[in-house]
Parts: sequence; structure tokens; C-alpha cells
Amino acid sequence: MQPVLNRYKTFFYRAGDLTAFMLRFFGEVVKPPYEWREIFYQCYLVGYKSTFLIGLTSFIMGAVLAIQPRPSMAAFGAVSLIPGMISVSVIREIGPVITAIICCGKVGSRMGAELGSMRVTEQIDAMEVSAINPYRYLVVTRTIATTLMVPLLAILADLIALYGGFLAMNIHDKTSLRHFFVAAMHHLEFIDMFPAIIKTFFFGFVIGIIGCYKGYNARRGTESVGVAANSAVVAGSLAVFIIDMIAAQITDLL
Amino acid sequence: MTPAPTTDPNVQPQEQPEPQTAAAEPVIMIQGLRKSFGEHEVLRGIDLHVSKGENLVILGKSGTGKSVLIKCLVRLELPDAGKITIFGQDLDTLNYAEINALRVRIGFLFQNAALYDSMTVGENLAFPLRQHKKTMTKQRKAALILEMLDNVGLVDAIDQLPSKLSGGQSKRIGLARTLVLRPEIMLYDEPTTGLDTGTAKEISELICKMKKKYNITSITITHDMPCAKATADRIILLRDGIVYAEGSYEHLEQSRDEWIRSFFNF
Repeated sequence: MQPVLNRYKTFFYRAGDLTAFMLRFFGEVVKPPYEWREIFYQCYLVGYKSTFLIGLTSFIMGAVLAIQPRPSMAAFGAVSLIPGMISVSVIREIGPVITAIICCGKVGSRMGAELGSMRVTEQIDAMEVSAINPYRYLVVTRTIATTLMVPLLAILADLIALYGGFLAMNIHDKTSLRHFFVAAMHHLEFIDMFPAIIKTFFFGFVIGIIGCYKGYNARRGTESVGVAANSAVVAGSLAVFIIDMIAAQITDLL
Repeated sequence: MTPAPTTDPNVQPQEQPEPQTAAAEPVIMIQGLRKSFGEHEVLRGIDLHVSKGENLVILGKSGTGKSVLIKCLVRLELPDAGKITIFGQDLDTLNYAEINALRVRIGFLFQNAALYDSMTVGENLAFPLRQHKKTMTKQRKAALILEMLDNVGLVDAIDQLPSKLSGGQSKRIGLARTLVLRPEIMLYDEPTTGLDTGTAKEISELICKMKKKYNITSITITHDMPCAKATADRIILLRDGIVYAEGSYEHLEQSRDEWIRSFFNF
């Protein structure tokens, strides 16, 4: 019984600690001066460095969405609905979620490992004793970068996935790009796009804050760096799915 | 000012402090400092002082809380009990901003130098200046960085990444980075550990040179007796979490206590 109780105690302790870590972000982010240089550098790392991977993945995703349902849709004579089906599924759900999961693996793990390594090699302590607030310099900048960049990457992923879908459709059915996009947009409403974009800000925020939390609180020792990177991906992905579920519920109510 | 002898009943100090010849102004005062990690009590009532311009060397076996002691001075560790006064300011009464204002006046050289590995050597030195000397011109900052690198003899390494530096070079750059803010107190955490004899000697000489050049008050944690001999004005020996003995290198070297003498038989 005691080990089970201890496990619950540890879980609630960590949840509380993570909440305090997140709340500290809101306290620090409103206080200038800002580390603009570091924010731009992190935006470059999160945004530009992830572009190719997200572009390729979303292109494949869009193409697969066009190819796989075609036989079934053709049986019902509903091939013309494929662009709309792709646009709704990509923009509402698949684009933002796939982007967030890729960012979690690529960016969250990097942040966990980087900050974990800095903790282990006393670089964070060195900042602290130099009277530099390491939370502001390391955590705030990275979390701002992910919060701003993940939505942009998700929009890019949506566009590339639609283009992938268009090219895949052209394997069997000749259609122009203009016609495809008109058909795709015809099935979309403002309510499809707005919550999808809003939730990507939350995805970006949790990816950044969880990655930083895991690294910032790494225990001493090189093993903890790997643990921080790994748990940043696991916890970040889980948080993305939980936010997605909440967003789906809220959208459903609207 | 002579620190009060420890009152711990478990371990009695074996060596009486050497009489102080000059009563210089104390910049660091520690009284009754205690720190535990779980059940393990690392510091059990430390009393010590460091005078202005003095280099105090702290010796002791591994795990006696030497590093914890100096980390308490910069609030990297929070003591469980006791009072620390630096420049007349009681650390317990200071808020975060005031602690940071005090930290700017204190340099800390970590055991592994703790250089920021994503930045070049020049950027490592520029980083604290960028944070704390916002009104300083770029030219003045560049000149200061070059002066500090010149002090440690590594001007050529300015564009190198820390991963390309040897252990001794990293320590020198770490020292230059802490000195760039012109601290009045330096805390050295095992500055010569892991270095060959020649490089360790160079680091010891550098500590003495910087102390003379900038009149820095310092505390050095070390196991390296040649380093202690070269740099110490006064030595304190920690044993079981208390100050076991205190005096000059020569005074302690003559001690009849076997445990103390074991440090000097190298």
C-alpha cells in the first residue's frame, strides 16, 4: 500500500511543481527587458530548423489522405468530395496535431537535453551566481519561441498537406490547383480554422514549458540528461493530446 | 576578529587558532551555519570570517561540505540555520534582487569551469557584461574582455568554443569570465582538480596574481596542498561538518595532530 501511496504523492508533487514552474513563466514574461536576441535565435531553431521535416511529413500526409479513401469514395461517386475531406481533416485536426507531435520530438527533446546538460555541468548555477536569472534567459525565451513558431509551422503544414493532396489527386483525376483549392475551401468555415489555430498556441506553449521543465529540473548526472529528453517527449505528447481533446470538446459546444 | 570556538560536543577542535596579527575589516562572517541533506547533516555549526584582501583556503576530506559552504554564500544552497553576513548585509534579510546585487560583487569559479558551451569564449565573457553593464559602450566591453583574456594568457582563444579547450584553459577562461565583472570576492571551488601538476601550479599563480592585481578577497576550496601553500593567507580544516583547525600553512604543518598532518604529508 505504501509504495502505491508514495507513487501518488510523487505524481501530485510533480504536477504541483510543474504548475508552479508554468505560473512562474506568466510572472516573468510580463516583465521587461526581454532577451530579444535569444528569442529570435530560438525562433530560428524551432521554426526554420523544423521546416523541412514538417514540410515533408505534411506533404506525405496530404498525399496519403488523397490516395487512400479514393476507391471507397469512387464507389459512391463522391471523388469530388475528396478535396473537402482533406481540407477539413488536415486543417481541423491532423495538421496541428502532427506538427505538434513532430515539434515535441524534435524541439521538446532538444530543450530537455540542452537544459539538462546545462544543469548537470553547472552552467545554470553559473548563470545564477552571475546574477543572471536563468529562468528568464533559458525558459522564457524558449517557451515564447515555441508558442509563436508552432502555429506558423502548423499553417505551413496545412498548406503543404493540401498541395500534397492536390498532387496525389492528379495521379487519377486531372484537376487544376485553383479548382482543387476552391473545392477544398468550399467545405471549410471560419469555425474550422479559428480553433485549430488557437489550439496550436497552446500546443507550442506546453511543448516549450514541459521541455524546459524536464531539463531545468534534471537531477545531477549524465543519465538524467537522457531521462529529461525522453520524458520531455512523452509528457509533451501526452499534454498535446489532452489539449486537443479539450479543444475538440470546446469546439463542439460552439 | 577571531571566530568563536565550536561548541559541538561530538567533535572537539584539536588545534587552537593561531593568534591573528592584523585585525582587517571582515567582509564575510559566518555564524552557526548548518545544512543537512535528508538525514545527513553536512555542516554542523560553522563559524568563520574572512577579512578584506585575505585568501582563506578550506581543506577537508571529500563530503565534508566544503563546496556546500561556499554555495551557501551565493545562495545556491539555502542553509538550515545560521547567519551569513557579506559586506555587512545579512543574507537572510535580502530579497532576490538584493541577493543578485550582491552576487555581482562575488565571483564563483566552478570545479569544471561551467562555461556556456553554446557560446564562444568571447561570448562567454561578453554575456555577464551584456546583462549587467548595459550603459558600457561596445568598445569598452571589447577592451575589458581582451584585458581579462590577456590576464589569463588566452587572448587567441577568443573565437573558440569551450569544447575545443583543455581543462586548464577552461579553468582560465572561467576565471576570466568571473573577473570581467570585477568582483570584490572570489570563491574558487577546487580550482586545480583534474589538472596536471604544471597547469595546477599555473592556476595557483594566476589566483595569487589576480588577488594582488585587483585586491580580491577569496575563499579557495581545494585538496591540492601545493595550491593551498601557494595561495593561502590562512587555512581552515573542516572535519565532520565543523571547523576542526585553523591557522597559517606553516602553523598547521607543525601540528602534532595526526589527522591534520595527514594533509601535509604529500
